[in-house]
Amino acid sequence: MRDEANMIDRKPLNSPSLSRRLAPGLAAGKLSLVLCAGLATTVLLPVSAQAALGAPYASIQADQTELHASLKVTPRATYEVHELTLPSGTLVREYVTTSGVVFAVAWNGPSKPNLSQLLGPYFADLNAAAQTSRGGHNHLDLTRSDLVIQAGGHMRAFSGRAYLVAAIPAGVSSDELR
Amino acid sequence: MNRFQFFLVGAITMFLAACGGKSSFSGSSGNPIAGPAANVVTAVVNGGPNNNAANTLYTTVTICAPGSTTNCQTIDNIEIDTGSSGLRILAAALTADLPIQMDSNGNSFAECTQFVDGYSWGPLALADLTISQETAQNLPVQVIGDPNFATVPSDCANTGPAEDTVAAFGANGILGVAPPAQDCGSDCAVPNSLGFYYSCSSATNCVAVAVPVGNQVQNPVTFFPTDNNGVIIELPSVAATGAASATGALVFGIDTQSNNASGSGTVLALQTTSGFLSVSLNGTVYPESFLDTGSNGLYFTDSSLTQCTDSGITGFYCPASTQNFSATVCSYNGSGTCSGTSQQSISFSVGNAESLFDGNATYTAFPTLAGTFPSSQSTVDLGLPFFFGRNVYEAFEGKSTKAGAGPYVSF
Repeated sequence: MRDEANMIDRKPLNSPSLSRRLAPGLAAGKLSLVLCAGLATTVLLPVSAQAALGAPYASIQADQTELHASLKVTPRATYEVHELTLPSGTLVREYVTTSGVVFAVAWNGPSKPNLSQLLGPYFADLNAAAQTSRGGHNHLDLTRSDLVIQAGGHMRAFSGRAYLVAAIPAGVSSDELR
Repeated sequence: MNRFQFFLVGAITMFLAACGGKSSFSGSSGNPIAGPAANVVTAVVNGGPNNNAANTLYTTVTICAPGSTTNCQTIDNIEIDTGSSGLRILAAALTADLPIQMDSNGNSFAECTQFVDGYSWGPLALADLTISQETAQNLPVQVIGDPNFATVPSDCANTGPAEDTVAAFGANGILGVAPPAQDCGSDCAVPNSLGFYYSCSSATNCVAVAVPVGNQVQNPVTFFPTDNNGVIIELPSVAATGAASATGALVFGIDTQSNNASGSGTVLALQTTSGFLSVSLNGTVYPESFLDTGSNGLYFTDSSLTQCTDSGITGFYCPASTQNFSATVCSYNGSGTCSGTSQQSISFSVGNAESLFDGNATYTAFPTLAGTFPSSQSTVDLGLPFFFGRNVYEAFEGKSTKAGAGPYVSF
């Protein structure tokens, strides 16, 4: 299982307006009731300790189990691509450095994957960006010095990616992360 | 311009639109825009219910409980989206009492509708819908943010933030007129992992289920007795610097009335479920491209374009001067080539998003708003800016027109 060594420094969130930042690090396997400030809605979140982005390589196995996915690994010169095929048909690609850290996650397919699972602590950043963006319903972009999350598409055709800027291996273009 | 003046301009614009002629009036670029008719409803780009929307197209609909003439409501600020199928209404904007759809066990159907920037959760209901003089009876619709369904399944919440309020959604509802007849179709009528539909035995206990096609949320236009084979989005051209609003028309049917005859544009075939076609741009063919009024910009990858850096508009382009592009739109064939397919040339311009947004606080229509698309090699998203100054025909899945069989677009 995942240890807590997170090799990526995280900067504080840009937006002060986030009303529903999800707390990472809650105990695994428990259901945690999160009351959403400002909304008459409750969300039941099964909190998993395994978070892919920024986590060690071993987290991909947890993602595979959680997402009931098949896995194909493709080695590249300075990283590996772990491609998960979900039962929905959606493809998830996790990019792993030679030192074993997931530095990027990309997805595309007819429905969005479990982004809480795949982005881990950075899922809160996605949620915050979605709420402050002027991108409308069908586009999302968060570009920070440390973190990039982009998503686009429409009903039955979603795609997106998230990557940790400082963790991208030298010589690798972000264009390869898709 | 103060807010009152802003609304005055909008009101005058709408008045002029309504009085523009018996059959049609012209946008300044010359594309004819349908005047009032039974199969025409006004479509307007403005700030929407939160007065902060950009490039978002709205209309007004009337809904009633099925069979009722009194349990009814007219709702404005309904977003027109060619990128999704089905009518969805925010519970907060709903006063009419609509019956919830039940399965054979008496459990309520509910849906987790995924959008790129979040999800909308709520039950499936039935309504009689009237737009202009077109009516869809017993139409399956979604009610978003119903307080009686306040517990969101984790599989839904794990896809992004909730968009269950008018403030978060940016509209009182959404009118999805994408080519597919349902939002999911046969894939969701059998056990699946797509995560669209749920069955709720109580407000707190909803499980993913298959839902028969007939119960799924439907493209309302396909339920009209006539004028049901497609739509035409007709928007006037807008100055490159933007405008406070833009008023056009949503026309129902293609080749069914005197005001909706097929145009001269090339028929461009779409992939059935996704609506994909191909766009050739800058020497690359993007085989997963699409036209979408629900995207508020032109989204594509061009690493030579400067991106905006201000918080909230990252991902939009901010070139020092307006940049012009030529591209070719061609029929879907799933490959990386346009050769041998039907195709049509287009041109568009990319302005500086920061200048556009800062130029005039009352502006809501921006024909040169553009930004990045994440999967850099596969998609050009021709969003609402593409529709300004054009009449865009969209024929539905399984329907045909004099120009050909749907799904297709032409312009």
